[in-house]
Amino acid sequence: MTALRKMLPSWLTAYAVLYIGFLYLPVIFLPIFSINTAATPKFPLSGYTLKWYRDLATTPALTDAAWNSLMVAVSASLLATMFGICAARAITRYRFPARRSINGLLMAPLVLPEIIIAVSMLLVMLQLGLNLSLITVVFGHVLICIPYSLSVLTSGFEGFDRSLEEASADLGESPFGTFRRVTLPMVAPAIISSLLVSFTISLDEFIMAFFLTGTDATLPVYIWGQLRFAAKLPGVLALGTLLLIASVILLTIAEIVRRRASRRTQNMGGLIA
Amino acid sequence: MPERTMIEISRVTRSYGAFKALDETSLSIREGEFFSLLGPSGCGKTTLLRMIAGFDTPTSGTISVDGQPMDGIPANRRPTNMVFQSYAIFPHLNVEQNVSYGLKRLRLNPSEEQRRVEEALAQVSLGGLGKRGATELSGGQRQRVALARALVMRPKVLLLDEPLSALDKKLREQMQVELRRLQQAVGITFILVTHDQYEALAMSDRIAVMFGGRIAQVATPKEIYQRPTNCQVADFLGGMNFVKANIVEENGSTITLDTPVFGRVKTDKPVAFARNGNAATLGIRPERLRVLWDDATDKHEVAGKVVDRHYFGEITHLVIEIPGFEKPLSVTETNNFGADDIPVGAPIRLAYDPDALVALAD
Ligand SMILES: Nc1ncnc2c1ncn2[C@@H]1O[C@H](COP(=O)(O)OP(=O)(O)O)[C@@H](O)[C@H]1O
Ligand SMILES: [Mg+2]
Repeated sequence: MTALRKMLPSWLTAYAVLYIGFLYLPVIFLPIFSINTAATPKFPLSGYTLKWYRDLATTPALTDAAWNSLMVAVSASLLATMFGICAARAITRYRFPARRSINGLLMAPLVLPEIIIAVSMLLVMLQLGLNLSLITVVFGHVLICIPYSLSVLTSGFEGFDRSLEEASADLGESPFGTFRRVTLPMVAPAIISSLLVSFTISLDEFIMAFFLTGTDATLPVYIWGQLRFAAKLPGVLALGTLLLIASVILLTIAEIVRRRASRRTQNMGGLIA
Repeated sequence: MPERTMIEISRVTRSYGAFKALDETSLSIREGEFFSLLGPSGCGKTTLLRMIAGFDTPTSGTISVDGQPMDGIPANRRPTNMVFQSYAIFPHLNVEQNVSYGLKRLRLNPSEEQRRVEEALAQVSLGGLGKRGATELSGGQRQRVALARALVMRPKVLLLDEPLSALDKKLREQMQVELRRLQQAVGITFILVTHDQYEALAMSDRIAVMFGGRIAQVATPKEIYQRPTNCQVADFLGGMNFVKANIVEENGSTITLDTPVFGRVKTDKPVAFARNGNAATLGIRPERLRVLWDDATDKHEVAGKVVDRHYFGEITHLVIEIPGFEKPLSVTETNNFGADDIPVGAPIRLAYDPDALVALAD
């Protein structure tokens, strides 16, 4: 019994290490092979080079795709956050019938198979007679960003006590002044966090973009196209590495902002309860 | 002393659908008064306070502050300030910024603003804590910040919604004293909402007792405790023995009642006494009954038997059955003379003060 108890922690540690390994090892290969001189991803590495990164900047198809992705991600994150703000405010502030079901419906894209959503969106777009373009991609991305944006915003708004706005009015501040001096500073972190998360999701998203785009490729779609050519692989790895770094940085900032905000509201929460 | 009216509430009703949270309420509060709205939870106290502050609008009726009707005037342009039940301290600002929040709009020169902030912080004994973050404060300190933030605006009326209910007992009692002292120092009209009768009695110049959206009685603490006008008020303000009585005579301001044991009692007639047949109720507070020890006698005494006894430290609560009364009498007696040792079942004699007997409307 005691032997078992002694062994358990070491087994658990081993399990955890393996788990993390499987999760992140492939991701680590990406940057490693992206600075390899050989075009095939194989150990041992034949030499160190930044050539693939330099090539990226001089590939017009790629810079176009990067520009497309940026446009789509900016639009999708703005729209998703805007809808998210409306929904989160309604859900946290008002009691209305079917509040929970509506919240559930908004969160559903999180668990539905993305390919099903993508195909249905495609059908809808075609039925509506819309030409497939970056705009239809934006629609698709807004749909899948909303659940993330909504959950970030709801947790941000939940700590916001209505009486703070009343206190501001009580102290003589106008409705606009109250918004500027109380509401905005209180909810800004959640909004920034929602923008960053949505932006990152849109930037990395493949299935929706693949189905809903016309002739313009976003970065993930471009990568998919390049994978057919073995010679292009190092470039794809380099691009992938850059996307990975961008995502990690953006999500880290989003999380820091969100935590700082929730620490602030939680500290006050105890007493209001 | 000039008695100017500061707040005039006339026939104010607030309906939520068919439900009336406040029903045709009229009330007049004087300048410089410490006024309490007392009543059980859900009786409409907060509703009334929020309408005075401007966060809610009467369905009908008018509220005037300092002679000015407040119809259509939003909260940010009323000469009132509020201390919220949740305190509503701005968590993204420090203590000083919280207190100066409302002053910013007045565009005072910086040194004048600083002086007023410091004065307000000193008034609530928070001097030196100006730079502290709002989230680093204890419950009691937050409450003081909320108070300073409102006082610094020099309002005509300060509204307080159950400001002490979140504090523990010791701190609450200390704050009651401080709040009362503060009100006397600044001379501002305070309106306090509370469901705690001791708090209202200890702090107020006058109290309005409310039930179900209506005001039952408005009077000084002493009057409301000693001469409640109906059974509900009497009961809410503390223990009260109710004795069934018959009306013998009713004229002008007095009423004569006939009771089984106390005999004939002539007393003040309750305000708005609506006679309903011949029956009435006579009340006496448990502490106005006194145990007669050994062979002591009194002009006014009743005899009975102890049926129950509860020990409360400084006092003992005795339940005494009196032949002729359908319900036993409650008596609270200090423990100085050994009331805590009276055995259950023992015969006992009680003295009462006829002046402590009050006629009550049902
Ligand atoms: N927005 C509202 N909608 C419906 N009923 C309400 C609303 N606000 C208050 N009430 C009701 O009005 C009554 C008085 O409430 P309130 O003034 O908060 O009581 P309290 O005396 O405890 O402060 C309560 O029965 C409450 O349920
Ligand atoms: Mg209340």
